[in-house]
Amino acid sequence: MGGRVGLKGTDAPGAAARAAALGARPEAALRMTLCLSAMATRLAGVRMLAAPGAMGMDAARAAGLDARPIGAPHGASTTAADTRAAAAALRDAGCTLLLFAGGDGTARDLCAVLGEGLPVLGVPAGVKMHSAAFAASPRAAADLALMALQGRASARALEIMDLDEEAYAAGTVAARLHGYVRGPFAAALAQGPKVRGAAGEAAALAGIAAAVAAEMGSGRTLVLGPGTTLRAVAAALGVPKTLLGVDVVRDGRVLAADASERDILAALGEGGPAAILVTPIGGQGHILGRGNQPLSPAVLRRAGLDSLVVVATTAKLATLHDQTLRVDSGDPALDAALAGWRRVLTGPGTAAVCRVA
Amino acid sequence: MTTGPAFHAARWNEPLLMELSEPGARGIVPPAADPAIARAAGDVLARLPAGARRAAPPALPEVAQHRIVRHFTRLSQMTMGFDVTTDMMGTCTMKYSPKVHDHVARDHRVADIHPLQDESTIQGLLAVLYGFNRMMCAIAGMDEFTFQPASGAQGIYTNACLIRAYHEARGELGQRNEIITTAFSHPADAATPAVAGFRVITLMPGEMGYPEVDALKTALSPRTAGLMLTNPEDTGQFNPKIRTFVDLVHKAGGLCAYDQANGNPLLGIARAGDAGFDLCQFNLHKTFSAPHGSVGLGCAAVGVKEPLRRFLPRPVVAFDGKRYRLEHDRPHAIDKIRAFLGNVPTVLKAYAWVMSLGAEGLRAVAETAVLNNNYLLDKVRAIPGVAIPWPANTAPKLEQVRYSWQPLYEETGVATHEIEQRLVDYGVQHYMTSHVPVLVPQPFTIEPGESLTVDELDRMAEALAAIAQEARTDPELVKSGPHRASITPIDASIPDDPACWAFTWRALQRKRARWDAPDRKRKERSHAGY
Repeated sequence: MGGRVGLKGTDAPGAAARAAALGARPEAALRMTLCLSAMATRLAGVRMLAAPGAMGMDAARAAGLDARPIGAPHGASTTAADTRAAAAALRDAGCTLLLFAGGDGTARDLCAVLGEGLPVLGVPAGVKMHSAAFAASPRAAADLALMALQGRASARALEIMDLDEEAYAAGTVAARLHGYVRGPFAAALAQGPKVRGAAGEAAALAGIAAAVAAEMGSGRTLVLGPGTTLRAVAAALGVPKTLLGVDVVRDGRVLAADASERDILAALGEGGPAAILVTPIGGQGHILGRGNQPLSPAVLRRAGLDSLVVVATTAKLATLHDQTLRVDSGDPALDAALAGWRRVLTGPGTAAVCRVA
Repeated sequence: MTTGPAFHAARWNEPLLMELSEPGARGIVPPAADPAIARAAGDVLARLPAGARRAAPPALPEVAQHRIVRHFTRLSQMTMGFDVTTDMMGTCTMKYSPKVHDHVARDHRVADIHPLQDESTIQGLLAVLYGFNRMMCAIAGMDEFTFQPASGAQGIYTNACLIRAYHEARGELGQRNEIITTAFSHPADAATPAVAGFRVITLMPGEMGYPEVDALKTALSPRTAGLMLTNPEDTGQFNPKIRTFVDLVHKAGGLCAYDQANGNPLLGIARAGDAGFDLCQFNLHKTFSAPHGSVGLGCAAVGVKEPLRRFLPRPVVAFDGKRYRLEHDRPHAIDKIRAFLGNVPTVLKAYAWVMSLGAEGLRAVAETAVLNNNYLLDKVRAIPGVAIPWPANTAPKLEQVRYSWQPLYEETGVATHEIEQRLVDYGVQHYMTSHVPVLVPQPFTIEPGESLTVDELDRMAEALAAIAQEARTDPELVKSGPHRASITPIDASIPDDPACWAFTWRALQRKRARWDAPDRKRKERSHAGY
């Protein structure tokens, strides 16, 4: 059945599926109301819960929905702590899908509380959003939320990106991987006789992991960047993996977990063949520069550019604008050297050739 | 509905043939043999091996002849094929299959041929097959064709097998284990070489929507066995650098196979052989007018240049100037793809079509198909909510276009598959969205072909525009469609759930027995057409 993970209570119609709405700032509330209005006529059998007042209930009422307030009322202006408390309360009240309106900051707060537990779906609220948890528009969010409630959307780990504070302090605005949430993802189209859904995302990840383990699993120093794809690779290699960090492994042993640039250079310094495995992070498809800072220009030059191995499922590549991978290593000459076309391992015996920019 | 379409699909609550069976009903009563013949033949059944004899009669359905005619007529109405209504399914090259060609294929002089008849008794058929082979060589710029593959995918698989045989004969198969294809080629160009044992590298498109030379260079290596791609791709865009692609692959030691499934716009204009390709395939049940979309009979014509001739599956029809022969003695041939000579009736329909058109007619097919497509493109691109991917590519599209409803989706939350289903209410069967990988968001792909009238193209554009407007003013109407179809609502999860479909009566019985009562109600309601 592909990647369908329980996003609702039971399979029978009329089940007690509970969706919760969370949205605080004025434009966010407007966007949430728009989203909820687009869903309003199709919510039979779905119970709506909402954070109190401006954090949810107001938008639900404005959309004409009969929602139940959950959690303690908040003060006049809401904080990150309010967001987290509301999310925890809604989760504990048994909701199966959490709708939120806001930006990367809100997504980051939800990630801190929910992790890869309760599925979330973001209603875009006008600010620039790098996280993968946002739908394309309020009405697109409504469509995707309904698919999720009806069990027609697979769930998948989605990157939460937020401002890279270090880079910002240095004068660059850049997004950085902060964590993962779980959320509904419209699978490849399954409509019509000529189109069949491809193997589920889990199977695709397992395929990549098996291919890496078979081809590079022994006798090679592997530097594994962050990302769920590399998490699957680590599982196939039989080693633990830090979700957001870089880990160095060899022959089934972890040489350095959550490694720093220094740790990696030391491991590479021991000699022998090495490979640096990366996967595109976030909707922009960065393979370097969005949270894998330990994979510095020095590391890449030490290992050699040919040691860089990109892995990704075809489904992930399909989400990237123009299927283009991005590099932002901090060293423009290195970025220029990497730019062009590159093989990406997409499964056992399969590869894609993607542009790197 | 006061506004909107006046169409309603036929809705017959038509059971399966096995369910129409009534003990004692007879469709055909075969006449008894003439007594003199019966005496001469003796006890025929006694001469069958004991292991081949049934213990009980087969459970064939017992149905009156006219009821069978109604059965299939009703199904044909409900499937809304080309003989019933407009069908412009992208990548499918739907076109009118001239009925006169059915007479050719059904002529008793062909239909009554036994596949094991001595070749001296089928010289006429062999002359047609040989002659059509030479025609296809002229059309494609090849040296020999086989008509054995029974489907497009089987034809592409044949290409992969021919490439494999070529490298194996040169002792390079161990080294050359990679096939290169593109993201918008037919998925068979990626899947069948994998089945044939190759690793597959898929080139992603550049900003023009087709792969760039630099991408190909990245994929080439001493491990390259060949290139298998479709051009124009399923987006209707032609890669003008195709000759460069071929030259680079040849330089790397690989072969080039041209998937000409999208060959309709090229007939009489461009040839695979002239572009340097070593082998190619066409769908006779598609481009060459034999009926398509009917689950058979198909035929892929696979053509090769001289160096690959010896690898073609046996037999090959040969001619010594006097007599036609079936050449079975071919030691380098790949394994047979299909029994005997393949689907001969399909070849005959294609042959009749080419004969009726001539070279100038084939060119007119291509030109008309391209004109029809660009005419419709102009109308569809003007519909608010439609986007045309790869705006940097301003060259005309060829025979089809991959469009996107993404702007409309963001505005209204109405998705492409919902628009596709609502299209049935306008009397159109549906459209194509996209093969995998799905790179264009909310895709829809339309290929008008050369058969349709301008009126049909206009009505298609009007229907799409009307539905786009419905998505804005009454999205529920579109999302809950179709409303006037044979089956509604359509449960799209059924094809993905093996518990919900069966290809044989026996399998159906077995699976039905396994359904729980509540599950059964949901599944029966979905596809019973109530």
